[in-house]
Amino acid sequence: MSQAFRVPGGVALDRARPISFTFDGVAYAGYEGDTLASALLANGVRIVGRSYKYHRPRGIVSAGPEEPNALVGVARGPGRFTPNLRATEVELTDGLVATSQNRWPSLRFDIGAISDLLAPLFGAGFYYKTFMGPNWLGPNWAWKRVYEPVVRRAAGLGTAPTAPDPDRYARYFDHCDVLVVGAGAAGLAAARAAADSGADVVLCDEAAAPGGSLLAETRATIEGRPARDWLAETLQALGAAANVRILTRTQAFGCYAQNFVGLSERLPEPALIADPTLPRERLWQMRAREVVLAAGAIERPLVFADNDRPGILLAESARRYLNLYGVKVGERVVVVTAHDSAYRAALDLASAGVAVALIADLRDEASGPLPQAARAAGIEVAVKASVHAIRGRGRIEAVRLAAHPGGMRTLACDALLMSGGWTPSVHLFSQARGKLAFDAGLEAFRPGPPVARQRSAGACNATFGLQEALAEGDAAGRAAAEAAGRSPPDPRAIPVEGAPPAAGGTLGAPLHVLGDRHARAFVDFQNDVCVKDVELAIQEGYRSIEHVKRYTTTGMATDQGKLSNMNALAIAAAVRRTSIPEVGLTTFRPPYMPVTFGAFAGPARDDLFDPARRTPIHAWAAERGAAFEDVGQWKRAWYFPRRGEGMRAAVAREGRTVRAGVGLFDASTLGKIEVVGRDAALFLERMYANAFKKLEVGRCRYGLMLTETGYLMDDGVIGRLAPDRFHVTTTTGGAARVLAQMEDYLQTEFTDLEVWLTSTTEQWATIAVQGPRARDTIAPFVEGLDLSNAAFPHMSVRDGKACGVPARVMRVSFSGELGYEINVGSAYGLDVWKALFAEAEKHGGCAYGTETMHVLRAEKGYVIVGQETDGTVTLADLGLDWAIGKAKADFVGKRSLRLAEPAREGRKQLVGLLTEDPTVVLEEGAQVTATATPPTGSSALGHITSSYPSATLGRSIALALVAGGRARVGEKLFASTAAGAVAAIVTAPCFFDPDGKRLHG
Amino acid sequence: MADPWLTPRSPLDDLSLPVGDKFALADMPPAARFVFRGAEAARAACSTAFGVALPKALGAAGSAGERAALWLGPDEWLLLAEGESAETVAAAIEAGLADVSHALVDVSHRQVALEVTGRDAARVLSAGCPLDLRTKSFPVGMATRTLFDKVDITLWRRGETDFRIEVWRSFSPWLAAALTEAARGAPAA
Repeated sequence: MSQAFRVPGGVALDRARPISFTFDGVAYAGYEGDTLASALLANGVRIVGRSYKYHRPRGIVSAGPEEPNALVGVARGPGRFTPNLRATEVELTDGLVATSQNRWPSLRFDIGAISDLLAPLFGAGFYYKTFMGPNWLGPNWAWKRVYEPVVRRAAGLGTAPTAPDPDRYARYFDHCDVLVVGAGAAGLAAARAAADSGADVVLCDEAAAPGGSLLAETRATIEGRPARDWLAETLQALGAAANVRILTRTQAFGCYAQNFVGLSERLPEPALIADPTLPRERLWQMRAREVVLAAGAIERPLVFADNDRPGILLAESARRYLNLYGVKVGERVVVVTAHDSAYRAALDLASAGVAVALIADLRDEASGPLPQAARAAGIEVAVKASVHAIRGRGRIEAVRLAAHPGGMRTLACDALLMSGGWTPSVHLFSQARGKLAFDAGLEAFRPGPPVARQRSAGACNATFGLQEALAEGDAAGRAAAEAAGRSPPDPRAIPVEGAPPAAGGTLGAPLHVLGDRHARAFVDFQNDVCVKDVELAIQEGYRSIEHVKRYTTTGMATDQGKLSNMNALAIAAAVRRTSIPEVGLTTFRPPYMPVTFGAFAGPARDDLFDPARRTPIHAWAAERGAAFEDVGQWKRAWYFPRRGEGMRAAVAREGRTVRAGVGLFDASTLGKIEVVGRDAALFLERMYANAFKKLEVGRCRYGLMLTETGYLMDDGVIGRLAPDRFHVTTTTGGAARVLAQMEDYLQTEFTDLEVWLTSTTEQWATIAVQGPRARDTIAPFVEGLDLSNAAFPHMSVRDGKACGVPARVMRVSFSGELGYEINVGSAYGLDVWKALFAEAEKHGGCAYGTETMHVLRAEKGYVIVGQETDGTVTLADLGLDWAIGKAKADFVGKRSLRLAEPAREGRKQLVGLLTEDPTVVLEEGAQVTATATPPTGSSALGHITSSYPSATLGRSIALALVAGGRARVGEKLFASTAAGAVAAIVTAPCFFDPDGKRLHG
Repeated sequence: MADPWLTPRSPLDDLSLPVGDKFALADMPPAARFVFRGAEAARAACSTAFGVALPKALGAAGSAGERAALWLGPDEWLLLAEGESAETVAAAIEAGLADVSHALVDVSHRQVALEVTGRDAARVLSAGCPLDLRTKSFPVGMATRTLFDKVDITLWRRGETDFRIEVWRSFSPWLAAALTEAARGAPAA
């Protein structure tokens, strides 16, 4: 199809650069500078979508981001499909592939359109009232299984892509002195004034080309120059200023606390094609000292029967299509308006050779300069108009209307331009907690006093005249610069000519539409809400507009009611016979426009989603084929399978090797805190349940930290390095929590203590050498330390050297064997590990992972915080109350231990469980019961906390928390499994070397 | 006995870091590092012993030669001594503070340093750092603890387009990757 609706002109176009694209598989031509919407109109394409609920054919209504109908999917190659884009914002690029939405099998013939014929059934609340039963298959069964899937398929908008998104998205924080939102007349004046003061200015605009209404301005002059020349000069001056940044294609979508403004910037397609490594979108998290809102206003549609027919569009949008893109929206148009601005559109279209059959004005008179100009141009103007019917389904063919003079008549036309006046865009102002005031004269909500450091200027402040908007923008820019601490320039007179004032407007539906049960007069195009739906909601008792909104869904579509909210409010007020402020206003929630998930996610995907922390020894383990497990952000070696070995075999071999010879374990992730200061011992006495004051220098103690409620929070070995210096270890997962808890007490409760805390978790690579040959393994590398039992007994710490580098050696064991933990500077960890490993191999040793570590400690009955405990377990429950420093005056959690609950008889206690069948390994978390088939509703005695096959013992072992467990030793209890209850005998929670002889080997 | 002269390894050793005028990352050489805590008397004594005046002002950094002291809190400093042995530096400081209560903790291995340079340096850092990095708000010489996305960092501006980041070593590969990615998305300056 040729571009039959293209006319000369169109300042946005580059006619030297033709472009081809497809829409629903049909090839069309356009020009660089076109939007998809302008190109479709140029090609005479009128139906661009099907409506959400009734599947009515829909055409383009607007020329901007407020577009409710022309939603398309745009594909740009594999994985690059974006649904629900507004065709009015899609910049045309060569080879663009766009498809319409919500129609099957095609736009012209859509099966779903049957719902339009059944429309009388589908009033407000239809779904709530209809899809309710039957419920005998379970609550909500019918809705979940039958109705919702069908309804979801029939309704809805675009389809989400399923392939991974190959594009890049970037995200930056940013700061400026003055952020100006909107680069129309007011915004440009504000940016210029603020920039002249030397302030850092960011000017953002949602469109590809800044300028707002100035882009389509043909008649006015500013400062003696045609408006478009003034626009170009101003942009050039701003662009050249070092203190100004202009962000185009950038939507200010949300305004949050303290002028934190979310901006989403989309990059133009040609730039992305030229450099595919560029991000598709950037999210700017802008903290602006001062904000000038110059967001403009949105033209309101008129409400009349069948006002959604393709070919009916907003008057100013028709003017933009003509002046920016050289597109006439029809050959013969009728203008229906309640505002003078539509006369401008009529005049421009008439100049371009379009037949304007009639301007039908809803008002009683039309006497301003623009109506006079229209009459002078020979256009027929009639007043007191009302629209009664639209003929044509896929596209408007005629309008039946009454007006004075002329009475009721039917006018053939292929486009109808409508204007109900202008609604200021107050979204960002309102999001920043600014209160809106209803201006009855203007019939608009306009900004009241701002709460944030913001100023509104121009149409978003209900200042519609060009000269007034420029003056207000200039003043706002100066005031913002001054508030930001700059000396602003003097006020600037910005004379305007050729822009006569335009006034007027109407809200809601005319009387002949209200109460007409058969009229399909749409309030919300995108969600298919008609006047009668709003009326029904109020009849059914919904009074607050917030309830009416949710019941009818008006204003709840992706356009968030940009075109519909004010009309819906006015209709609700009319039906309730009250005022608009009485009905209230719905909340303006961010985002103002839909923002892609990609923009919010930014780079946070795949490896960049979350830091993966690796120990200094990680690379060695990976080379050896270790399996890793995630522990918080850490990757820990889980086990080291040899060729053909599964996990169970590997863990059994590693365990046997440690018990028989020696094993190396990477314990670098253990939390470490250096506690230093005169009162370090006293501080630890208060923080831990144990006593520390008498701990000798060079000795270690197993420390247990309680919460204030008296339950076990964390554990670890604590070594005294000097009278005023301790090396505290924590669990891997508890490191940050323990340090935070210590700092908290130090800064709020124990301010009398002179103690300083420093995290040293990553200072040290920690290599645990465990097993009867541990001493033999480390001896060749350790300098300056006597490793004999007498000089370096179990639970000691010494500073020395290993492999020639400083080392902090602790004689500790979490395996029950003779053991050392060698701490060396992390940068040396890998090399020291390699040296120790080579030596260990000489003794038949191996490396072992966290799984074997767990089995070895379970054989000894050593608990793991978070596995044996869940925040409700006391030291007494675990049999660890021996560690409590009974003589201490106080420690965190002590008071809670005096409450009744910790002392209650029958609390769950840690015990061992040995299954009668030694090959059965119980499931962790399984319930423990007194009988094999406990009666339904009875409580379990407890649960399994740890369970493993033990190579050392040649059988399975388990630890469990069981009510009154210690008194049950020898009893037979049952643990649930998928195959039924399994019998197990209660034992003490230690299965191996209960006397601890091996520790002291 | 194994080789006593082990070479320190960096978690960034095997990574290829971006270079260029727009944006470059470099793994800084090993340094002796300490967290120093103490009251005014300790600050004064440490300044003498370390040879760098420990600054008193929020966000300030002092330096002398290859040594520097970064203010991290009212009683907390990060001491840096590039290319020096931690034991030697520690011994000298402890000798000068024998009678003054304080805490000196060796964190030489806890963290590594990344040098961030180039025209886009501040913009790239702002991908994860919410602070205002314009030079009027974050002037040359300023240092502070802050965040880059999910990671704690210490950020020190050493020139208009020259920053040093101190970061715990296990986070450094992720940080380098995140900065590299942020540089790809930055708009042309």
